[in-house]
Amino acid sequence: MQLIELKDVYKTYHLGEMDVPVLKGVSLEVARGELVALMGASGSGKSTLMNILGCLDRPTSGEYWLDDQLVSGLPRNELAHIRNQKIGFVFQSFNLLPRTSALENVMMPMTYNARGISDRESRRRAIALLERVGLGDRIHHHPSQLSGGQQQRVAIARALINQPPLLFADEPTGNLDSHTSEEVLKMFQRLNAEEGITIILVTHDAEVAEHAGRTIRIRDGLIESGAFAHEGSMAGAGGAI
Amino acid sequence: MRSVRTFMTAFRAIRRNIMRAVLTTLGIVIGVGAVIAMMEIGKGSSTAIQQSVASMGANNLLIFPGTASSAGVSFGSGSIMTLTPQDAEAILRDCPAVGTAAPIVRVRTQVIYGGRNWVPQTIYGTTPMYLDVRDWNTLAEGEPFTDRDVRNGSKVCLIGQTLVRQLFDEQSPLDKEIRINNVSFRVVGVLSRKGANMMGSDQDDIILAPWTAIKYRVSGSSAQSVNQSAAAKTDTSQQVNSLNNLYPSSGVQLYPAPSPTQAADTPLPVRFTNVDQIVAAARSTAQIPMAVEQITDLLRERHRIRAGQPDDFIIRDLTELTSALSGTSALMTKLLLCVALISLVVGGVGIMNIMLVSVTERTREIGLRMAVGARGSDILRQFLTEAVVLCLAGGALGILLGWGSSRLVTMLLRWPTESSPEAILAAVAVSFFVGVVFGFYPAWKASRLDPIEALRYE
Ligand SMILES: Nc1ncnc2c1ncn2[C@@H]1O[C@H](COP(=O)(O)OP(=O)(O)OP(=O)(O)O)[C@@H](O)[C@H]1O
Ligand SMILES: [Mg+2]
Repeated sequence: MQLIELKDVYKTYHLGEMDVPVLKGVSLEVARGELVALMGASGSGKSTLMNILGCLDRPTSGEYWLDDQLVSGLPRNELAHIRNQKIGFVFQSFNLLPRTSALENVMMPMTYNARGISDRESRRRAIALLERVGLGDRIHHHPSQLSGGQQQRVAIARALINQPPLLFADEPTGNLDSHTSEEVLKMFQRLNAEEGITIILVTHDAEVAEHAGRTIRIRDGLIESGAFAHEGSMAGAGGAI
Repeated sequence: MRSVRTFMTAFRAIRRNIMRAVLTTLGIVIGVGAVIAMMEIGKGSSTAIQQSVASMGANNLLIFPGTASSAGVSFGSGSIMTLTPQDAEAILRDCPAVGTAAPIVRVRTQVIYGGRNWVPQTIYGTTPMYLDVRDWNTLAEGEPFTDRDVRNGSKVCLIGQTLVRQLFDEQSPLDKEIRINNVSFRVVGVLSRKGANMMGSDQDDIILAPWTAIKYRVSGSSAQSVNQSAAAKTDTSQQVNSLNNLYPSSGVQLYPAPSPTQAADTPLPVRFTNVDQIVAAARSTAQIPMAVEQITDLLRERHRIRAGQPDDFIIRDLTELTSALSGTSALMTKLLLCVALISLVVGGVGIMNIMLVSVTERTREIGLRMAVGARGSDILRQFLTEAVVLCLAGGALGILLGWGSSRLVTMLLRWPTESSPEAILAAVAVSFFVGVVFGFYPAWKASRLDPIEALRYE
């Protein structure tokens, strides 16, 4: 079975009397260890889809299986637990806690870890992760004392602290220049190759999508191409040409 | 483990904006500080007031002989002689609520020293414990007479300031001999000034002497012409005695004969002795009713009064004084409580206000925390902990502030203060309570946020 299986998922927002359908029957699969790009024009529903995949939101209808578990109907608290254990997030705007050291930022998700991990252990892990993303000498710096790329790497370390099998990145390079973007994307590729972490990159930038093994294209709340691994690789190859 | 982490998270969040935290808690700091300071000062002054009121006799119980009546004619208080010095000793020994007790024998007669004379308002024959009862232990000069003097019927006395002025012209009266009704008494001490009592009579116009000496040497030998009041009293009691036939002159021994030692100690012929009054002091104002009950039971037993028969004595307490006293301190406590509540509510509103601002300001942080797995309850706990930590820190600062300022008041103004552990405990409890009450709404609001909207919040 695949890590992610989405079956005919709909998402409709209700604005007063008006229904706003955003996802109109999305089905897709992502296997363990894949690096997938989710591409589409602005307003096509990428973020909405990612929120559902990331267990931040629940679909209006349809089924979502994550790691062999049906998560589409779970209550809020269960979803929070799944996010803590299985999912890491990297945001376009980094979202680091201000006036808080890189180390404490990275350790923050451990606060909500139900598995009793000692402070010493989580500290050790956080330092190891910061060294991995090349910030071993910046662990006591506050976000305001770090460059954008460094901040994003702290955010990546934070996403990895609970050793999740799945990582979501919504426009992770949107606020970075092309050089730093390249660095951050290389880091994703390395994490994917070396750790076998499944990564889903949300982007509207074809160059970013090129770093992925497969590209899922979405338009107006429907998958255009790349929903399943076999055709996705072809579509990805097509996109690269 | 978890609570430690929550606490640390709250602590870090507060540290991120330390100046604001300090300003926020200022309300609590000042509120708690004011309460602690006022409690300490209030407690100190109320103890001081209580002491001075106690020295006016608020705890005193006056025990008088009862009323004789015959054929429906009542003769008024003191018309029978039922109280003995032994009653006073028994009261002291057997009534736990009574701290001190002393018998009193009254006479009113002329006092002469050299060429001067004076009729003091009060001449009391008593025991040294009378000074304890009246809280009058610091003498201006000399030493009080002793229990031994009482046993021996020694002719010694303590005199009040008025007598010093009237008889001695402000010279030291120590070791001088004054003549009370033609019996000479050596002055062994001078009482300190007490001034007028609540009814305006001069409390310093007094002579205190062993009751044995007054009873047997002065009133026993009193010349009727000089000691008119004593004579009148004796007359009344004799009349009553004869009417009631309570103390038949022949034969019947109401009280056991004294032992040879007692007889040797007392150089005077022992007969049935009575005293005019017994004064006792309850251990505290609160114990007065208990003391009255215990004395009543004891005296009824000692006087062999059967159930259903009326008491042969009367106990009076100074209810007016004590109720005024307790009324004052109750009012004071209520006032303090009002001030405390108002300042703490103000402080609490400040906390709530800043916590609401903080929740709005940190919406993205809340969204982030939810995205990495915080549940609503985690967020609620975090913000509640933050508010409580703020309040407790404010409370701690306030306790220090209040304590410091009460020390300062003691040092600079010499007001009596008294540290009050209850107030400190209450301050801690109340700051915790304020934190929970006023922190709850903002924390609840934070916990209800939707993670997606919170993350998108600008
Ligand atoms: N809470 C909401 N209520 C109503 N409509 C919403 C809500 N969230 C998103 N939408 C609508 O859903 C559509 C898709 O939004 P979404 O954020 O998924 O787009 P996107 O593909 O991520 O775009 P972008 O590349 O600009 O981030 C938009 O038209 C938006 O107006
Ligand atoms: Mg988006």
